[in-house]
Amino acid sequence: MDLIYYLELAVNGAMGGLMYSLVAMGIVLIYKSSSVPNLAQGALTMVAAYMVLAFADALGIAPLVAMPLAAATMFLCGMLIEKVALRRLAGWPIVMVLMMTLGLDIFMRAVTLTFWGGSARTLDLGIPDTPLFIGPLLINRAYVVGAVVALVFFVIFRLFFRTRRGILLRAIADDYVASWSVGISVEHGVALSWALSAVTATAAGALWGSVQTVDQGLSLLLLKGLTVAVLGGLDSIGGAILAGLLLGILENIMAGYLDPLLGGGTRELVVALVLILTIMIRPFGLFGKHDIERI
Amino acid sequence: MFYRQAGVFHTDYASDSSLFPIRFERRVMLILLLLALAAPYLLDSLVLVSYVQPWLIWTSAVLGLNLILGWAGQFHFGYAAIMGIGAYASVHATRHGVPWELAVLLGGMAASVIGMVFAFAALRVKGLYLALSTLAMQFVMDWVISHVPAVSGGVSATLQAPPPSLLGLVITSEAGVYYIVLAWVVLVTLFMLNLRRSALGRAFIAVREKDFAAAVIGVQSFYYKLVAFAVSAFIGGISGAILVFCFYRAVTAEQFSIEVSIQLLAMTIIGGLGSIIGSFFGAAFILLLPGQINNLVTSLAQSMSLPLGPETLAHIPHVVYGAAIILVLLVEPMGLGKIYRNIRDYLMVWPYGYLRK
Repeated sequence: MDLIYYLELAVNGAMGGLMYSLVAMGIVLIYKSSSVPNLAQGALTMVAAYMVLAFADALGIAPLVAMPLAAATMFLCGMLIEKVALRRLAGWPIVMVLMMTLGLDIFMRAVTLTFWGGSARTLDLGIPDTPLFIGPLLINRAYVVGAVVALVFFVIFRLFFRTRRGILLRAIADDYVASWSVGISVEHGVALSWALSAVTATAAGALWGSVQTVDQGLSLLLLKGLTVAVLGGLDSIGGAILAGLLLGILENIMAGYLDPLLGGGTRELVVALVLILTIMIRPFGLFGKHDIERI
Repeated sequence: MFYRQAGVFHTDYASDSSLFPIRFERRVMLILLLLALAAPYLLDSLVLVSYVQPWLIWTSAVLGLNLILGWAGQFHFGYAAIMGIGAYASVHATRHGVPWELAVLLGGMAASVIGMVFAFAALRVKGLYLALSTLAMQFVMDWVISHVPAVSGGVSATLQAPPPSLLGLVITSEAGVYYIVLAWVVLVTLFMLNLRRSALGRAFIAVREKDFAAAVIGVQSFYYKLVAFAVSAFIGGISGAILVFCFYRAVTAEQFSIEVSIQLLAMTIIGGLGSIIGSFFGAAFILLLPGQINNLVTSLAQSMSLPLGPETLAHIPHVVYGAAIILVLLVEPMGLGKIYRNIRDYLMVWPYGYLRK
């Protein structure tokens, strides 16, 4: 009985973890191309979820149909953010860049709430509520869909990085000065990575919005996305998937075990501890490049 | 203008390395200090208690954060947790009968000791990874503060802070509390000003610029990073204690959450890294601007009879807060302190602009 309970926690955790990977992939895409750790990814996810709802309400269509429209809008938003806010800070110390993404985070969250209000809203993607039975295990269908979407995004990005544009992005990630000197437009590449990351955020926002509700809580995905991104290695998309699985399982099992003992709220604690331990033991993560300056 | 270096001849090292080498600035500082001392009699008590006092307390915390971020160059995304430790430690100490002055000092020391834990992250990684690990530590500290009943007095509990007292004399008047705050901020400001011309400050700057280069010229970067974390945590701890005793009058876990850490960072960076006058500007900017703009928007909306819902109005200060951070970083990434410096440098040689160094 106990074993099955923990197995169930592990399987659901793994699926949920893959949904964290969606947030993490957005962070990784931007970090790869421009070495900017995007602390506004949580806010982007939240904006995207509200955007899906807004399109669905305005046009009277199902949220699932509104998703491509929202994704297209977010694509433009991502480019705009890069062009207006981040491009001018290229070359400044990282602390200013971090502050800029924090400022963007505060700004986007507040603007969303000003327009659409802070009350929680439901987002129905048409995923049935009834759990999926696999043997004795109960599995949340929304998590399954989320996990599949995360894997699809992973495959798309793997394929994309083999196209001409993807190769340009990889070149920029590898050495942007060298790419500049051979005539690759680094600006366009970085803007594209922001746009793709905003599209990933749309998927993450819609899926998490359907699991939880659409409210300010979506921006809290930042900590989890960040932890997954660091654990997998900040410049590795495959790492984000594996780390998402690991963190999801660990978090769910630890929370299932510790919550009754410590009186709740251990999820955040486990995630924060994983982040600290990763940075202390293996700062470049599972698959990241080993070139982090150690002291 | 008045801002002249003309006629200022330093004939000995002492006058050359004085805090304010330009006579005009020295006089301005004196006048400002007198104004600050007279403030309880000049200002409305509402303005004094709800604007000036929090501004001064936050400024002292920002100066502490500036020490670690602007001078020693170590990221600290968990400064609010440090302030919280100082606040909780001193409140618990006073509740157990420790005299107020000692309790505040104890708070500072407790913060200092735990602040060293943050330093151990700094001994292993730097830059972005240090930022992320201190951010995670803030979450852990938040959790510990709110979930350990011995610290917080139970989940979502509020601990009353007794009024401050000096040498057994309980201070209840607004002016008295204000003078405590003023004394602390003047003390921290003087410390920071003197840091510039002391060996400690120069060692911090050496570590900030390049830690292994500092090690090559004989500045132990390990040691100075630890010292920077400890000193800045001490300032932060006492500022947190004073914030609770003199302003909030009670302590809860939410007062020192991650948002507060980000707000402190915003104040420091908007003010200008390593800039002392910038810390004053930054704290005022982030603390006062959103509220003022909100008042403006509310009155505009009323005069033009625009229907703005209460929810919309509730979020406008945050929009302004975020936009202000973005705008200042776009216009002048070195912050308000740099803008002030530019104006000062301009006035210094006006109208002979070509003399500018």
